[in-house]
Amino acid sequence: MSDILHVATRKGLVSFKRAGNEWRANAPAFIGQPVSAVLADARDGTLYAALRLGHFGVKLHRSDDAGASWSEIAAPAFPTVETPDDNAPAVDMIWTLVAGGADEPGVLWAGTTPGGLFKSSDCGATWSLNDSLWNLPERKDWAGGGYDLPGIHSVLVDPRDAKSLTVGVSTGGVWPSADGGGSWRLTGTGLRAEYMPPDLVFDLKMQDVHRLSACAAAPDIVWCQHHNGMFRSIDGGETYSEITGVKPSVFGFAVAAHPSDPNTAWFVPAIKDELRIPVDAELVVTQTSDGGKTFASQSDGLPAVSYDLVYRHGLAVDRTGSRLAMGSTTGNLWTSDDSGRRWTQIHGHLPPIAEVAFG
Amino acid sequence: MARIVFTPNLQRHVDCPPSNAPAATVREALDHVFAGNPQLRSYVIDKQGRLRKHINVYINDRTVSDRIALSDTVGADDEIYVFQALTGG
Repeated sequence: MSDILHVATRKGLVSFKRAGNEWRANAPAFIGQPVSAVLADARDGTLYAALRLGHFGVKLHRSDDAGASWSEIAAPAFPTVETPDDNAPAVDMIWTLVAGGADEPGVLWAGTTPGGLFKSSDCGATWSLNDSLWNLPERKDWAGGGYDLPGIHSVLVDPRDAKSLTVGVSTGGVWPSADGGGSWRLTGTGLRAEYMPPDLVFDLKMQDVHRLSACAAAPDIVWCQHHNGMFRSIDGGETYSEITGVKPSVFGFAVAAHPSDPNTAWFVPAIKDELRIPVDAELVVTQTSDGGKTFASQSDGLPAVSYDLVYRHGLAVDRTGSRLAMGSTTGNLWTSDDSGRRWTQIHGHLPPIAEVAFG
Repeated sequence: MARIVFTPNLQRHVDCPPSNAPAATVREALDHVFAGNPQLRSYVIDKQGRLRKHINVYINDRTVSDRIALSDTVGADDEIYVFQALTGG
């Protein structure tokens, strides 16, 4: 199981190391600064931390020594326009950092608000905007979901073929590319947004995909937590089947696919729009192990009364599928060593947590 | 030469001591500083060359009016203050 856990918070990056039966926190990095995303690149051990400085903009830092020291590197940025005005695009936040394929050393993807996808081929030294996605005419229909601006929160890289990418947009649907980002298609038949006007309920580009997570060993299995509910694809994200009737709620932000079992995934339910807290103020994780037919509600070790909300990147599973981590906007951090049957609180006083990632 | 002073809150991110610049506009003054301190640029202006949303620039006691082209004029005796505007906690 993974013995390193990185936690991106509103006021710094806190990394934990497993020692015996305990998780011990290292000295935080970027103390006081909002960390919007963290990536532990399994290919070479490099760490990346994205900052969203309130005054001074989006920054990106890299550590080549497991977090002992950090260096600022280039941050993704839109190309300079000839005559800038207030409408010229600027990166507001790096929402997700994702490693490229195993056969693409140094390739990184960054999903951002306001909806730009950026690629680096040199471990973040330089970045370029993916023009073909940014210039899609449908992008003008993307809208804010979670933040004021539309954003890319999920980038799936197919482990069988790193040129096969899938991007999730909140709000703006699911966009696969078969050629490494040279061209994009809009997919996701079956996704449903019942809150939209009737003619737009099944409009693919109107879907508020909250998070996508694919099974590493069976990448055609894609789980989707959507604003409207929970969905599963068995064809690589072309089409989705809705998962209904899950208690206590089908609403949430996070989903984590089991790395080797295509029938297992975890979700963290909450009340939908009107109250962003756990249903009945009881935090649970819902787990399916039969492909979404049935779900078990996991609450052992979680608080009886809770106002914790788990954001899109606040739930992670390690490569064994046994160890999970979960962090909330209330600053609680839990782990489980038995696939979620029992949770242990690691910390109760962290700043709001944006992302948890195993090292 | 105009004198340029940066908020102390920037110091924890990037070294930016007060400096002097031969400049007729705010843009020229900042470009002069950035030429010798490239890392500082992205902390003050964005990739489009605009002042960052939560950055304020004053020339003596008046705020700059042009936050995009930074065309406000400065004189040899002016002081330019670059500091952060209020944002959340």
